[in-house]
Amino acid sequence: MSMDAIDRAIIFATQEGLPLVPQPYHAVAEQVGIKPDEVMARFRNMLERGVIRRIGAVPNHYALGYKANGMTVWDVADERIDELGERIGQLDFVSHCYQRPRHLPDWPYNLFAMVHGHDRAETEQKAQQIAELLGKDCRAHEILYSTRILKKTGLRITG
Amino acid sequence: MMDSLDRGIINHLQGGFPICANPYAKVAKQLGTSEGELLARIRKLLDDKVLTRFGPLYHAERLGGGLSLAAMKIPPNDFDRVAEIINRMPEVAHNYARDHALNMWFVLATETPQGLQNALGAIEHETGYPVFNMPKVKEYFVELKLQV
Repeated sequence: MSMDAIDRAIIFATQEGLPLVPQPYHAVAEQVGIKPDEVMARFRNMLERGVIRRIGAVPNHYALGYKANGMTVWDVADERIDELGERIGQLDFVSHCYQRPRHLPDWPYNLFAMVHGHDRAETEQKAQQIAELLGKDCRAHEILYSTRILKKTGLRITG
Repeated sequence: MMDSLDRGIINHLQGGFPICANPYAKVAKQLGTSEGELLARIRKLLDDKVLTRFGPLYHAERLGGGLSLAAMKIPPNDFDRVAEIINRMPEVAHNYARDHALNMWFVLATETPQGLQNALGAIEHETGYPVFNMPKVKEYFVELKLQV
């Protein structure tokens, strides 16, 4: 997927977010040095191509009372993982769901789902719902809680 | 404290923000408030860290870069030294301590796939511990749905 210099300049201009001014796309246009209509057209195009997932807000689960955010990891039969991954992704308490490689023998898990609960009991109860959904196709699972944020910054590209 | 307008804003803004000349005015109208009030509320939700971001959410791999989740197993008495090495790398976006034998988990984002391999190699070299690289093989559809 190619990214031309103007797209790149638009991305660089919005790395910290969309400007909080009445005409944000005009503000980006001024910064990049192109017309507002072109900025809007390029945003629409990047959305269509999937370079931008969406334009919107990312809520902080922790600040909203979801204090027990567990990374649940599952050892799921390879031939069933796509079907089951899609179903887990639709659960309303799962915010991310990915297939990742195993690293045997240390790490047998190939399906990751982030589960958000107000406390660990709630997160565990939700993980139990996933366990029931997976049934015999899941050999083992664990919940990893974060105990400390060591670093948190956004994605960075250089101008 | 958040009020019902804040909650409405959080719920509404998780979906697609409009692309038009005056998008905040358009959303304000849907929420029954003014453009100025909406802008002030978004600013405050960001300042208070109720929102971690507002704007376009980019898809790193489709920008041609590298993105991966990696984990390491670090002895407790060496944890801080390793955390310091990892945290000072600009390629590392997030780093979390987790309660598991694999006790350090971080996300790497680089401008090129080769940059990712270089960063992983540098971490192994500088820390002296192996890195478990877990790039996503597949992403399953997740709906936007955190309702407050």
